[in-house]
Amino acid sequence: MTGLLQVEDLRTQFFTPTGIVKAVDGISYSVAEGETVAIVGESGCGKSVSALSILGLIPEAAGKITGGRIRFMDTDLLRLSDEEMRRMRGRQFAMIFQEPMTSLNPVLTIGRQIRETLQTHLGVSRDQALQRAGELLGMVGIADADRRLKQYPHQFSGGMRQRVMIALALSCKPKLIIADEPTTALDVTIQAQILELMKDLTHRFDVALIIITHNLGVVARYADRVNVMYAGRFVEMGTALQIYHSPKHPYTLGLLRSVPRLDQPRGARLIPIVGQPPDLTRLGKGCSYEPRCSFRVGRCAVEFPPMQTIGGGHFSACWQYKEVELTAGDGP
Amino acid sequence: MNINYAPAAAEATIPRGAPLVEVRELKKYFPLTKGLVFRRTMALIKAVDAVSFSIGKGETVGLVGESGCGKTTTGLCILNLERPTEGAVYYEGVNLSALSHHQLIPWRRRIQVIFQDPYSSLNPRMKVGEIVADPIRVHRLIADGRQLRERVAELLNVCGLPAKMAERYPHELSGGQRQRVGIARALSTQPEFIVCDEAVSALDVSIQAQIINLLEDLRDEFHLTYLFISHDLSVVRHLCHRIVVMYLGKMMEMAQTDALFAGPLHPYTQALLASIPVPDPEVEATRDYSAVRGEIPSPINPPGGCVFHPRCPIAVSSCYSQVPSFREIVPGHWAACSEV
Repeated sequence: MTGLLQVEDLRTQFFTPTGIVKAVDGISYSVAEGETVAIVGESGCGKSVSALSILGLIPEAAGKITGGRIRFMDTDLLRLSDEEMRRMRGRQFAMIFQEPMTSLNPVLTIGRQIRETLQTHLGVSRDQALQRAGELLGMVGIADADRRLKQYPHQFSGGMRQRVMIALALSCKPKLIIADEPTTALDVTIQAQILELMKDLTHRFDVALIIITHNLGVVARYADRVNVMYAGRFVEMGTALQIYHSPKHPYTLGLLRSVPRLDQPRGARLIPIVGQPPDLTRLGKGCSYEPRCSFRVGRCAVEFPPMQTIGGGHFSACWQYKEVELTAGDGP
Repeated sequence: MNINYAPAAAEATIPRGAPLVEVRELKKYFPLTKGLVFRRTMALIKAVDAVSFSIGKGETVGLVGESGCGKTTTGLCILNLERPTEGAVYYEGVNLSALSHHQLIPWRRRIQVIFQDPYSSLNPRMKVGEIVADPIRVHRLIADGRQLRERVAELLNVCGLPAKMAERYPHELSGGQRQRVGIARALSTQPEFIVCDEAVSALDVSIQAQIINLLEDLRDEFHLTYLFISHDLSVVRHLCHRIVVMYLGKMMEMAQTDALFAGPLHPYTQALLASIPVPDPEVEATRDYSAVRGEIPSPINPPGGCVFHPRCPIAVSSCYSQVPSFREIVPGHWAACSEV
């Protein structure tokens, strides 16, 4: 598999009056062409910031990428100028945000927004761009494209707006799409439609997809590989099957056990993760999950566990992963 | 459907008593007006349209549906925070909808609410202790200052918060802690019945499980009755004895939880269950998501006949014109579909 995107030891920090927030603290992963990789974690774990870092969208002054490398095909993205980065965004890689109402321009028609993207990046004529825009809407399942192109975002429902976002993201045939909680704001029946559409289109056009979510269910169906993130770092990486069937990190196991599941007997008591996520300005030397962890031993508080190879592309950043394995053997 | 919804391992006995809460033919219409001086009603949004169900003492009933289905408005009518357009809400046989604001006060002590958003439902200018003590003061339950402080500390402890939290402001707390404060406030008047409106939806999964367990513990300890309003069917299945499914202001189906998941009768319920992803790649690989199509129509201009017919896979011609009656198909299992 050829690596399309390689992130190495990425660090992104924000500077606040209460201290430095290490939002992303040394994450490394790669995405192959056409592959779907999920980043799963709870609010504030740094998953969105890791995506914005790849896109070069970290607001200056407030935050900064302080270390690491991001290679996209043969380009080191962190060395590009703002102008060069602008030409990459939308053309080589695109983004789908959670809330399509705020990411579409409310005062421009849908047609104009798609047309401008096509003209800017592909240099096609106005008429060609409009024709292509119509085709794109058809592709994402929006009927009556000619009329819809003349409408504004507020005339679209939430699900339809997200379809427009997908059309925009695909418009320049990018190699990679990053989707940040693409279905979180949608109702469950609409969510299923949008996820199926994204899966179908990324397969059809061989686009790699990084899907960022807190929903473990969403990931199970759509991701080839899953990276579990906690307090700015990846704690476990593996295929979807490895992560769900034999988790090797206490946090992953905790997440899986704390959701009520439709496919399991009802009435069994949930096993929550105790305590609260840590304050990212005050991370200690040890494992950031240690205070909440039921597997902790002495060294966990003082020594951060490195990513350990388990085999078959499965990694866990836990000193005690063998113990987790034994417990998870009973089924998560 | 290719998931086996395993029934409860050990089902707690479902309490059967006289209904504590009875919602009868509840309707809530909101007028859509135009014009500042001469206001004209352009349309009526039928947020809740003839909803009837009851909640037994000690029972937890789930009210589920997607956005705009009227589940929150139904909750607000039960709480008398919205007055019904038609129909009534009975509590222990008393028609609450007919009572004046003043007459309602003693009932408000017995009926409490937990809201979704722990950020906007707590007053940012009040300390946690004041927030929890406020309902006790309003209802004049404890006059003595020292006793009141002790009671607040006890309530915070019951909800898993240290007593010293009383001195903090909401912004100093995490989302999960805030939701615990909201629960402590609801418990402060020793209510019998609590409406939980998306009470765990805004929380991260690891915190959500803590709050779900807390709600279960409190239900057992204080013999509470819940109306649990949520769009999350996994959570509803976990917590509720009985479930009411709503769509565009109308009731689609009502059944005991296990019966509903084992054999959903209404095509909408079937679509809803089929859309929920399960955290298991092997299960997911075999599931068929094609059952669901179309968008949720606007409640301003709902479809005629059965409101679900434009999206329904089994709709027949009569569904376009005739509103199906909500009928008991098998004992205890109701559905509004002419084709089942």
